Amino acid sequence: MSSVVVVDYGMGNLRSVAKAIEHVAPDAVVCVSSDAAQIAAADRVVVPGQGAMPDCMRELAARGLREAVIRAAAEKPFLGICVGLQMLFGHAEEGDVMGLEILPGRVPRFPEAAMKAADGSRLKVPHMGWNRVHQAEPHPLWDGIADDSRFYFVHSYYVEPLDPAVIAGSSNYGIPFTSAVARDNIFAVQFHPEKSAQSGLCLLGNFMRWKP
Amino acid sequence: MLAKRIIPCLDVNAGRVVKGVNFVELRDAGDPVEIARRYDDQGADEITFLDITASSDDRDIILHIVEACAEQVFIPLTVGGGVRKVDDVRRLLNAGADKVSMNTAAVQNPRLVAEASGKVGSQCIVVAIDAKQTSPGKWEVFTHGGRKNTGIDAIAWASEVERLGAGEILLTSMDRDGTKAGFDLPLTRAVADAVGIPVIASGGVGNLRHLADGVTQGRADAVLAASIFHYGEFTVRQAKEYMRDQGIEVRL
Repeated sequence: MSSVVVVDYGMGNLRSVAKAIEHVAPDAVVCVSSDAAQIAAADRVVVPGQGAMPDCMRELAARGLREAVIRAAAEKPFLGICVGLQMLFGHAEEGDVMGLEILPGRVPRFPEAAMKAADGSRLKVPHMGWNRVHQAEPHPLWDGIADDSRFYFVHSYYVEPLDPAVIAGSSNYGIPFTSAVARDNIFAVQFHPEKSAQSGLCLLGNFMRWKP
Repeated sequence: MLAKRIIPCLDVNAGRVVKGVNFVELRDAGDPVEIARRYDDQGADEITFLDITASSDDRDIILHIVEACAEQVFIPLTVGGGVRKVDDVRRLLNAGADKVSMNTAAVQNPRLVAEASGKVGSQCIVVAIDAKQTSPGKWEVFTHGGRKNTGIDAIAWASEVERLGAGEILLTSMDRDGTKAGFDLPLTRAVADAVGIPVIASGGVGNLRHLADGVTQGRADAVLAASIFHYGEFTVRQAKEYMRDQGIEVRL
């Protein structure tokens, strides 16, 4: 049966991610781990992430997991969540740090000037709550999920890919932004599928069955 | 666009859901995990547990409830009540909470807000503000479950906790809590306009119109209610359908 490692680098609610995967794939071996060898041996890898990008990059390096994550993203079904999406890119405005540079692009903050709702009221940052995700194209991870379904977001920064071909989903919050990317064996989302009720569970189930 | 959130709140005392009127009379309303699941099925956008357990011996019960909830309910979970130190925050997050709310401890030690958000990220830190009107257009912060007036201006405090790193404000009107007379809309509007972080309106919901008013007039990003859902007066879905019919964007 399929084994999946949820990469533990000390940032975020890993238990929820693991529990949600166990819920949709009861036969899978789900393991929360910070062991590079275990990550290398897993069939699938999930990189979650919460909190500040500089802290995430520092903790990843401190645990010696940078290379393991880069390798996993190069060779097996890989799911990035929230900061786990952002770290795939290059320069992050938050803390002025570089990500893993697996995908070209940068990670800016929601621009203050654009944070206005249609009625003139202020759009709050963090972007927190349920927003629609428009599917750019069919992808096995979108199977069974209606286009423009809502997912749960919590973030103040977003990814801006240089190559539009990697955009798998987009959302709108004051500005349009990329909320999912896909390339080869990589799928990564800005929202939290583990907290997005039925749609999120469906995406996690799709990931566990995915054969890129 | 982003949907306005409806958040059922469960006051938990020694492992059971209770709801008080003006923070005093407590009525038993059931098992927290079972109720959280029911709300999830109805389409709740988040769940909030407020631990009102007085005895420190029973404090760990909430951790087990959070663990059980996190295994069965796949929407965001906020937990508050009795949070005093960064370690309390960590324990709740590790048990499966997504956000932790602090109230009295934040007032007594504002550095706790900065320290906690620095450690776990702003997105996990909610500051709960219990406010009471003291004169027209002026509200003050109360602590210790509404018993103690701090004399601190509620709007200034909201801005201060934003500066300290709170990711969200849970704003409760002590004048309205348990009354079913509706949110204190001027208070909600004043705080929502003063800060750049999301504000959850709380205290006083007696009907569905009140929920909609919290968003349209109070400009809240989310609305929280307890008794109208616990006693089966309305389902979360009915509340959302009502709000949608009022032109409010909700997740249905």
